[in-house]
Amino acid sequence: MGSPATEITVSAQGLSRKFGAHTAVAGVSLALKRGEILGFLGPNGAGKTTTMQMLTGNLAPSLGAISICGIDLFEAPTAAKARIGYLPETPPLYRELTVREYIDLAARLHRVPKTTRDAAVTAALADCGLTDVAKRLIGALSKGYQQRVGIAQAIVHRPDVVILDEPTVGLDPNQIREIRNLIRNLGRDCSVILSTHILPEVESVCDRVQILHHGATVFDDSIAALKQFQGGRTIVLGLKHPPRAEEVAAVAGVARVEPAGEGVYRVTFADDADPTEELVRRAVAQAWGLYQLTPAQASLEDVFSSLTRKEEQV
Amino acid sequence: MIFTIARKELKALFASPLAWVVLTFVQVMLAFGFLKRIDDFMAFQPRLVQMPNPPGITELVAAPIYATLAIIFLFAIPLLAMRLIAEERRNQTLVLLMSAPISMTEIALGKFVGLLAFLSILVGLATLMPLSLLLGGRLDFGLLASLVMGVVLLAACFSAIALYASSLTAQPFVASMIAFGLLLGMLLAGETAADGLRGRGWAVPAELAQVLSPLKNFESFAKGMLDSYNVVCMLLLIAVFLILTIRRLDAARLRG
Repeated sequence: MGSPATEITVSAQGLSRKFGAHTAVAGVSLALKRGEILGFLGPNGAGKTTTMQMLTGNLAPSLGAISICGIDLFEAPTAAKARIGYLPETPPLYRELTVREYIDLAARLHRVPKTTRDAAVTAALADCGLTDVAKRLIGALSKGYQQRVGIAQAIVHRPDVVILDEPTVGLDPNQIREIRNLIRNLGRDCSVILSTHILPEVESVCDRVQILHHGATVFDDSIAALKQFQGGRTIVLGLKHPPRAEEVAAVAGVARVEPAGEGVYRVTFADDADPTEELVRRAVAQAWGLYQLTPAQASLEDVFSSLTRKEEQV
Repeated sequence: MIFTIARKELKALFASPLAWVVLTFVQVMLAFGFLKRIDDFMAFQPRLVQMPNPPGITELVAAPIYATLAIIFLFAIPLLAMRLIAEERRNQTLVLLMSAPISMTEIALGKFVGLLAFLSILVGLATLMPLSLLLGGRLDFGLLASLVMGVVLLAACFSAIALYASSLTAQPFVASMIAFGLLLGMLLAGETAADGLRGRGWAVPAELAQVLSPLKNFESFAKGMLDSYNVVCMLLLIAVFLILTIRRLDAARLRG
């Protein structure tokens, strides 16, 4: 094993999965170091859940290999699974158990030794803010708490790899913030893979992002690279006395102008050009009545469409 | 690990009203039968004494309890077993077991042992009735042991079959119907085939056909005959259905 900082915890090569004639995942590879948080991003049906099911041994891939901390998942499934914590899309909760009973069961199932089990359960409950509800029945908890119980279940055995499938879906903003903090803390000493279809979520917690589209990786880089990729290329221009769209489009460096409401244009820049200054100058000179100039928040759809467009050009 | 899963299943059973309903219902039914038999036994006792080799109280009062229990199991086990896998699949909680460092064999055996533990409690409670006869008489403990062993083995056979049925679907009700159909079908087919083949003088195929019918195998236990052939038949049936269940769980991972 290498030093903790460079140790590879998850490595998957060429994962493919077919369901009959339908290909859900085609040739996805990934490598994750200890202490990294990887975001799996993609629209619904992109293959995120299928990939996670394969990484956790719930689904056998049609092709490809997976190793967890150097242990092959198919040759030694129990040894490899002992190092993984998994929260599926629907948390696998037994509603008739109390929170503590359930986490204790999860600890037993993950072979936490008897001597440290009580301490491990207590620590997991504390980490997920569940100490106060430890004696309540899971079925009687709110969705936010149930989600936290699901996360506690995934970390009680202190795994090297934590895999969370859409951990913040259906939660209110406060709960989302708490869970994101929790994930960031987890990322300090283990590897985390989380899936989401919300772009800001990835930006706020992940170190790296891997975007899936139609079962294939279309982007795999750091968050900084993603921001650079999407940032500064589109602005929203609000004008009190808007000229015709052609006049805005005539400014050098503007690639495309789309109307986005009353007096509002969405201006896309040409590659390697920044006509912001020229747009402002012209707005003042021709009295367009400029009142809004904001970089457009690129939506996930924009990122996808530009990524897939780029692919087609290649 | 098998024990951990068995414990969880037992806990889940007692958290549901079904287990309590079954326990109560069975106890009441058996108690009525038991009291009726005792009444009959008291009425016939003077005549029994005159017989050269009279049947004892164990044979006349205790044995029918276990025969009733065997029939109750035929209906109760499909209901008790349906939740084992089908309900976990429907509630998507099976993932917890599948992602944990446990083999499919341990999952299947854990669930089987859990159900069998509950059924053993049931048999234990039922056995208190014949044991109460010790207050005023003597029991044939050999026959009683044979009856208990037979009925537990029978419960194990039914449980293995019902567990397999539960692994076939994600609908608990459908699972219980499949289990009931399988149990009844196998009893009838096994019995008919065994009798038919024996009638034609084909002894060996007849013996093989009897593997299918756990109730037929139970009959010799009820007579107090501990025949290794019957034990092997039942163990074979249990093993086959447990292996089928394990394979079925594995297949779910392959097919998705």
